[in-house]
Amino acid sequence: MAAQGRTTVRERASVAGRVVLAAGGGYGVAALATALLSLTLPMARSEAVATATLLSFAVMAGIVVLVFSTRTLLRALLTVGGTALVLGALLWLAMGGSRP
Amino acid sequence: MKASFRQSMAWLHTWSGLIVGWVLFAIFVTGTASYYRPDISRWMRPEFTQVEPVDAAALGATAERAVAHLGQHAAKARTWFIGLPQADKPVLDLFWRTRPGEPPGHVLLDPRTGAEAAVRDTQGGDFLYRFHFELHMPPLWGRWVVGLCAMIMLVALISGIVTHKRIFADFFTFRRDKAPRRSWLDAHNVTGVLALPFHLMITYTGIVTLATFYMPWGVTAAYKGNAQAFFSEASWITTPRPPANRPAALAPVGPMVERALASRPEPLERLMIVNPGDANATVVAVFEEPHGLSHEHPQIAFDGVSGEILEVRDGGLKPAAKTFTVMTGLHEGHFAGLLLRLLFFLCGLMGCAMVATGVVLWSLARLPKAGERPFLGLRLVQALNVGSIAGLPAAVAVYFLANRLLPLDLAGREQWEIRAFFGAWIVAALVPLARPQRRAWCEGLAAVSVLCLAVVAADLLTIPDHPLRLGGGDPLFAWFDAAMLLLAALFALAARKMLRYEAPKRDRARGAKPAPVTAPAASPARPPARRPEPTHA
Repeated sequence: MAAQGRTTVRERASVAGRVVLAAGGGYGVAALATALLSLTLPMARSEAVATATLLSFAVMAGIVVLVFSTRTLLRALLTVGGTALVLGALLWLAMGGSRP
Repeated sequence: MKASFRQSMAWLHTWSGLIVGWVLFAIFVTGTASYYRPDISRWMRPEFTQVEPVDAAALGATAERAVAHLGQHAAKARTWFIGLPQADKPVLDLFWRTRPGEPPGHVLLDPRTGAEAAVRDTQGGDFLYRFHFELHMPPLWGRWVVGLCAMIMLVALISGIVTHKRIFADFFTFRRDKAPRRSWLDAHNVTGVLALPFHLMITYTGIVTLATFYMPWGVTAAYKGNAQAFFSEASWITTPRPPANRPAALAPVGPMVERALASRPEPLERLMIVNPGDANATVVAVFEEPHGLSHEHPQIAFDGVSGEILEVRDGGLKPAAKTFTVMTGLHEGHFAGLLLRLLFFLCGLMGCAMVATGVVLWSLARLPKAGERPFLGLRLVQALNVGSIAGLPAAVAVYFLANRLLPLDLAGREQWEIRAFFGAWIVAALVPLARPQRRAWCEGLAAVSVLCLAVVAADLLTIPDHPLRLGGGDPLFAWFDAAMLLLAALFALAARKMLRYEAPKRDRARGAKPAPVTAPAASPARPPARRPEPTHA
């Protein structure tokens, strides 16, 4: 970038952190959402899976945009982590509920 | 991160675009070419124009010949795939997998004799098609790399849209005579925005074609990971039958083929024989897609031992499953007729141009100031720009050229064609490193032009009944060569522009030639404080 000489280690670490969070967090949230929707959408099983899988990539793109637009890395981390936790908890419930 | 949402998106757009730009360019070029995959394949196997097409009545006997060959050469395989003769591929195309990890078997047979077809050994358009989503890497790796790039492309598109303050006005803006960076930016905007619906569609549907590979977690959760069960419940495939592990002779497939043909109007495309020689053998007849957007082949499953019909799959998909197949269909564009296919092709070319202008823009925005040496990263990006934007088309041209010029009886000929492709690409990527930037562009583009002309010359010289030589023959050759001539002209024009290019007067001091360190670079027209981002507004 133009501000080459002035790029601090801190800034670099922040960018690296966002890249990791966007890739890992984005895929993780999308995967959790897909699994959860596949189990809970009120339609035939194959339809729920198809719908959830089709939507998953939009979910992931949304998370990536969110990670890179949030003001601080910490806030982005909390948002993505929180979302993943909520989805994970719901998925756990849905899987427990689906067991006989 | 940055001050505003728009600025952070501009940053994201710049960097995500650069990182995958070259790979995306390769994916776009080979994908765009794949709209004409059957034509390219046929051009690369000129022997096929000599083969008379098989009429439907003889198809049963033809299929029997295929099964006889497979029984002899692939008795241990779990599945046999038999591509039946088609108008554009009038031979039997046999393919089988014995077990994972082992290279699959593949052979083309003469449909009338069952002997190996006398045709040159080539992958044809299939190489470009597979490169489009596997990059000639092991499938697992290639697909993930392409998927990652496609995902980043999606993010780059979204952030690119956000970055535009005036997306509608940009539609009509092309400032050719302003500073070079402006006109590159406008070219990027025009190619990006004009075909934006296409770009968004092609990127998302492209990911969807491999969706259950990239995002298998819905199938994992709801089907315990059994993808076959999901596919058959979604009515995409016939119900899979596990092997009974008891041997039983396969019933003659000829009558099955005849029964299948009698029951549907579409041409029969291929047969799939699962677990041949087992008591639970299944023969699936797969038809061509009926007219429509959706990518779904009607299928009839036969019991391989009794020959009875087990199941008929013919449309009737539920909404989400249908959406899936429509998205795949949109991506592949099989439904498109002559004009619509051409439009898709042109949109694909615009995609190539969008990626190409994007990566050029990145290096233009970082030209060194007066007295500064271009930093290593910049030199590398500049060389890679030439190496991919001129290098890949050159490699494709060399691939075509190798198809015409390599000796027909060369052992491993299809591999040599591919080696020629990569060899040309590597040379094209290395040479610009040693050349001044503008010379490298000029030479690279001119080389592509010359190579395209060479393809036409080789075609004329090696095809005895070329339509331009006899006035008869298959018009395909004339069309293909015309397209090559057009490409040669385009690249020649680009090379000439690059050679003659002079920066507009007020900007001339900076010039388009970044290499000489001594050039007086700071011009009065240049804004004193450089904005950190390429201006997108």
